[in-house]
Amino acid sequence: MERKTLDLWVGLFVVAGLAAVLVLAMKVGNLSTFNMSESYALQADFDNIGGLKARAPVKSAGVVVGRVTGITFDNASYRARVSMVVDKRYQFPKDTFAKILTAGLLGEQYIGLDPGGDEVNLKSGDKIAKTQPAVVLESLISSFMFDKAADGEAKK
Amino acid sequence: MLERAIEGIRGTGHRVVNGVWRLGFASRFFLATLLHSGMSFRRFQLTIKEIYFSGVLSLIIILVSGLFVGMVLGLQGYETLQKYGSESALGTLVALSLVRELGPVLAALLFASRAGSAITAEIGLMKATEQISAMEMMAVDPIARVVAPRFWAGVISMPLLAAMFSATGVFGGYLIGVVLIGVDEGQFWSQMQAAVDFRQDVMNGVIKSCVFGVAITAIALFEGYDAPPTAEGVSHATTRTVVTSALAVLALDFILTAFMFRGL
Repeated sequence: MERKTLDLWVGLFVVAGLAAVLVLAMKVGNLSTFNMSESYALQADFDNIGGLKARAPVKSAGVVVGRVTGITFDNASYRARVSMVVDKRYQFPKDTFAKILTAGLLGEQYIGLDPGGDEVNLKSGDKIAKTQPAVVLESLISSFMFDKAADGEAKK
Repeated sequence: MLERAIEGIRGTGHRVVNGVWRLGFASRFFLATLLHSGMSFRRFQLTIKEIYFSGVLSLIIILVSGLFVGMVLGLQGYETLQKYGSESALGTLVALSLVRELGPVLAALLFASRAGSAITAEIGLMKATEQISAMEMMAVDPIARVVAPRFWAGVISMPLLAAMFSATGVFGGYLIGVVLIGVDEGQFWSQMQAAVDFRQDVMNGVIKSCVFGVAITAIALFEGYDAPPTAEGVSHATTRTVVTSALAVLALDFILTAFMFRGL
């Protein structure tokens, strides 16, 4: 068995194919920018998650530190339970505040973590106690309108 | 009148039984191909030759189509997105549609018509000119010597071709969106990278194209092997390969998409 020119072409083909996958991973996908090697799981209960979806980013100070892994409804407290994984490199104190925020006016929703001042850090499986639900546009508008109406009543 | 009806029922029954029979034979053939795959890896030279024929020689059509599909996506996507003032999402649109759907599916359809039909015609003619029987006579297993290397060559080539299709497509979208129309380059790439997930999008596309590769080559090989050894039989088998594998790719794509992106 000796080497032939045909092998060269097949070799080039395979290399080009693998290079294409690499380009898709690095340049098109986000493998290079965010790669969680080791992570720990956290949970948080929200009154309303709005449009939050699984795989939404978890950010702190605007930096992506983790991802939402799942959203379930807790039938005991009637709240939404969001589970997420956070990169091991980033540690947050126990009294961290979790909010559901929106990127831009109509953008996707993500979880923002505001670190508190506790000495003890959150461990894997911990639950974030302090949360702020998503802002629902309808309730925002309706509370604004009721306020206005109440103002009018008071002036009379 | 009654005889006509009986004739009709008999014909339907015959077709159904025949179809089931063929399906059974196809399954046994597929299993035999898998079981006799040892030789295609021990004598990898055989498989390499087939990768050259079905993979390397399909490169031109795959790359050119990928480029054009990407450019069309760039144009059409821009037209729609600029109505909502979100041209910056053009990169996301081009990359997601290519990586998730168009790359694997279009590459598979091109592969089916470019390489699948060739495989069917080749094996059908081998059978018609009694080369297959001659091999059996010489105690060479035609499944291991002829069929299995072509099968593995197709399974190896397909994901590579689909990845190249997607990559050139993204480049085509970049050419139109950024170079020609003038969408901001930084936004184009950064929004794309923020939206495309490696495991969820890129790897699912690769898995899809692997499945399509298995389906197309299995159908092409079976149709060739099952073809009546006549000129007409081979021509019908080649047509059937293209039609069946195109339908199989589209149906499988629906099923895989339902599993991957809806989490059914």
